[in-house]
Parts: sequence; C-alpha cells; structure tokens
Amino acid sequence: MTDFPVEKIRADFPILQQQIRNKPLVYLDNAATTQKPNCVIDCISDFYRQDYANVHRGVHTLSVRATDQYEGARETVKDFINAQSTKEIVFVKGTTEAINLLAHSYGKSFLKPGDEILITAMEHHSNIVPWQMLCQELGTVLKVAPINLQGELIVEEFEKLITAKTRLVSVVHMSNALGTVNPVKKIIDLAHERNIPVILDGAQAIPHMPVDVQALECDFYVFSGHKLYAPTGVGVLYGKQEILEAMQPYQGGGDMIRKVTFKETEYNNLPYKFEAGTPNIADVVGLGAAIGYLTGVGMDNIARYEAELLAYATDKAKQIEGLRLIGEAHEKGAILSFVLDKVHPHDIGTMLDSLGIAVRAGHHCAMPVMDFFEIPATARASFAMYNTHQEVDVLMDGIKSLIEVFG
Amino acid sequence: MFEDLRDLYQEVIFDHNRNPRNFRVMDNADREVEGFNPLCGDRLTLYLKLDGDIITDASFQGSGCAISTASVSLMTEIVQGKTELEAEELFNQFHEMTTGKDEEINLEAIGKLAVLAGVREYPARVKCATLAWHTLDAALKNQEASISTE
Ligand SMILES: Cc1ncc(COP(=O)(O)O)c(C=O)c1O
Repeated sequence: MTDFPVEKIRADFPILQQQIRNKPLVYLDNAATTQKPNCVIDCISDFYRQDYANVHRGVHTLSVRATDQYEGARETVKDFINAQSTKEIVFVKGTTEAINLLAHSYGKSFLKPGDEILITAMEHHSNIVPWQMLCQELGTVLKVAPINLQGELIVEEFEKLITAKTRLVSVVHMSNALGTVNPVKKIIDLAHERNIPVILDGAQAIPHMPVDVQALECDFYVFSGHKLYAPTGVGVLYGKQEILEAMQPYQGGGDMIRKVTFKETEYNNLPYKFEAGTPNIADVVGLGAAIGYLTGVGMDNIARYEAELLAYATDKAKQIEGLRLIGEAHEKGAILSFVLDKVHPHDIGTMLDSLGIAVRAGHHCAMPVMDFFEIPATARASFAMYNTHQEVDVLMDGIKSLIEVFG
Repeated sequence: MFEDLRDLYQEVIFDHNRNPRNFRVMDNADREVEGFNPLCGDRLTLYLKLDGDIITDASFQGSGCAISTASVSLMTEIVQGKTELEAEELFNQFHEMTTGKDEEINLEAIGKLAVLAGVREYPARVKCATLAWHTLDAALKNQEASISTE
C-alpha cells in the first residue's frame, strides 16, 4: 500500500524523532502502549491553558466549556465504535478498570453461585483475575476454552463449554501475547443463541481495525486510551443501554447521584451512574483528539497498511534460522511474538535496545499462554501505523546479528 | 555492532551461558531451593551440600537469560569451600556491586564475580544477576522452599 502516508504520520509524533543509544529510535512496543501525536499533546495542554474546570457542576463559562469538550469526546467515541447512544459510553481508567467494573457490577447484579463464566486460554491477566476474584467471592465458576498450537481459539471446544449454567462470556478481541484476532462474531452468535451476554476485551483490537459494536452485537466492549494514541488513565466501557440500566453502580459518590438523603439515594442516569467522582477530564478530551486523528487517517487504511507490514515482517522472520514464531493464527493483528533457540527473550530485549529498537520481553501479562507454549517468555515486536518497512529491516538485521554474537 | 554492551555481556558471561558450570541435579542435597523471577519467567533450582557450616558442593538446574545463567553458574563455583558466613558476606558484596551505582568495586573481595558489575548500568537487568544470590540466601537461612524476586 504505497499510498499510505506513513512519513507524514511519523512527523506528527515528536517522540519518534529521537535517537536512542545513538541510533534512530525504532519503537516496536506498541502493544504495551502507543506514542502520542502532536494534536493529542497540544490538545491537553491547550485544554489546561484555556478551558479547564470541573464538569457538570458549574454555571460559569469555563465549566461549560470543559463540560462541552468532555461530552464532545463521548460523542466522538460513540461515533468511532458506532454505539447507539452516548448513554452507552462510560469513561473509566482503562481496560482493567472496565473489566473490574463489570465483574463487580454485572457479577453482583446478575450472577449466582454455580453460574459459569467462560473465557479463553489467551486472555490477558486483566480478563482472568477479576473473574477469579468474583468466583471466590460469589461461588461462580470460571471456565477456560482452549487454544491450538497456532494460538487460535478452538471454536468447537469453546462451543462445548457453553452449558446451561453459562451466564457470561468474556473474550479478548485480539490477543496481546499472540496477535490472534478471535472470531468474535461467531463467538457472539453462539452465545446469543443461548441468551448469554458477551464482553469483548478490545484493548489490542481497537488501534488496529474498525470496530462497530452494533454490527458485532456485543453486549460490552472495553478498551484503553493509551493503546490508541491517547493519554494514559482513560478508557472506555461500552455497554448496551438496557443492560447498563439494569446494573448496580460500581462506585458511589458525586456525579453518579440524582438525589441524596441520609435515608436513600437515587442514582443518576446513564452513563453518569457509572462515573462517580471527578473524572479524568483532560485525558478524556485527549482521547477525543486521538480518535479525531485516527478517523482522519482512516481505520480501514490503518488495518490494510499494518496487515502488509505484518506480512512483510512475518516473511522475514521465518527466514531466520533458530527463530520460532509464537502465535501463527490465520487471523492476526500486527504483533510478532517470537523466541530464539539460543537467546533468552530478556537478552534479546537488551541487545535490541542497544540498537535503538524497543521491544518487549516477558510474559506479556499472559502467563497461562506462556505455560501453554512451554516457554518462560517471548520477545514481542508490536507494530503501529507509524512503523515502516525499513524499521522491520532494522529489527530483522538486529535479530540476525545478536544470534551471531550468542552463537 | 553491540559495542555499547561490552561491559554487560563480557566474554566470560557468554562462556558461562553456553557452558554453565555445576549444571546438574544433586540427589543427596542438604538444601534445595527454587528461585523465580516472575517478571521474566527465569526459574532455577539451587542445590547445596553442607558439611557443618561449609558449603562442600553447589549445583543448579533451570533456565534463564544469559545474565542470570552466568550469575548462578559463577556463584556455584565460587561458594564451594566457603563457610555460610563467607558466602553471606559475598552476597553482600555482590549486592553492593550490582546496585550501588557510585561506589568503587572491591575487586579483591568480589573476585571474578566482577564480570557482572555491568548490570549496574542496566536497572532492568539487576534482578537477573541477583536471583541466584537471593536463592542462595534463602537456602542458607533454610527459609522457604521457593523464593521470588518480586
Ligand atoms: C488484551 C489486553 N487486555 C487488557 C489489557 C489491560 O489494559 P490496561 O493496562 O490499559 O488496563 C491489555 C494491556 O496490556 C491488553 O493487551
């Protein structure tokens, strides 16, 4: 895709212009977090310089401006994922908080001892631990659908694990450790045939592909801003309105109430019922700016460009002797997890860093995935829309050289 | 190509990584402790044979990065014949060397362990080097059956 304006995009990211250890930075740790374009950085500082005040509370001009921008970002998110209404867009701290909110609120509103929650073997710890905690507290049961050696969900096994007791399905849209993109539409259809709601962990998928929650018909979709070129500390919980209406609040406090007396409290409307306390106003506004930027580039274009970049990187990686890819799903996002015969991922990470290349080495918050592949860790290069084919070359040359050094 | 890393990855480290010393299970060990670094998945089992308070044999099993493998390999060599007290003192010296940024390294006390001094410039790698020693510490104090760096 020669017409993708990658150089123009790179120029919008000031952090990418630097040298690390006297080499041009090659940032390939985008699955951990993405860098921020000028428009996001400027938006936040302009907001603090000109328009900042608390939201939903004041009649004064700044409060009105801040509220307009905060609610404007909600509208932007709604359009970005094609939700029906801004009532379905709850701002949270990130994916982790969104899943904890759901475990807590959905769990306590609708689940009983013995009910089953179904996840997959490729979940991030944040889509495992909150459910384990709920199971301990409530006596619900966690079921885990297995994956195959390519790192793909075994859909038949998943289907078999749906029983009369299954009350909730929570699966990752795209795996951060393997890159696998799950057949989420199929999963949702299977669950909905039995009236089971589905949560999608979209932390990794959202920066790489268009997401339409109405087309997917998922009941919940959660993601973090910081992996979407937006600031840290802000994320989104999308939930279908009728389910959110029926759920108990997560935290109590200001903003989430309509009326408080010492006898009783009346909760606020959606989405405010789930936004207790002063929210992360400026970073929500920054999230709106990031989405504005992405819409300008076009998520379809990004998906196409990254698919090409991944195919190029995969092809080159396969030519390196002693390199084993971890995660070779047919449907895959721009993540290359690998191990080398003779070099531990940690050494790979340090070696590549000395060449200015940032990759992640470790278990990627997916220890069960590491156990499944019987490896302690992987090295992971994860790509974003601002990475280039030339950077892939630098990475592959680096890997070849370090194999030689360890020989 | 990796000139910057010469201090960290010295030839001795590559050597011990390729051919770890005392890499074996000890059937009649007096102490057996597992060390785990959850951050990178490094896992090792340390075996000690003691005669009174003298370490007469040390060996290990497990898998880790070059730094942690070299560190444990070197350690099993150097502690043999040392008393528990001497080994504890080495641990203190080693800890100081790998974490104390500005201090002079006491080369006489630390001996060939000095090849690991490079990690002090790489905070993310200090735990790789010290895992072996924390495991030894636990083994000598006869504490838990497994320890973790986190
Ligand atoms: C698939 C997946 N889910 C959840 C998370 C957690 O996101 P956060 O740490 O932003 O809450 C991550 C981040 O690494 C992830 O990759």
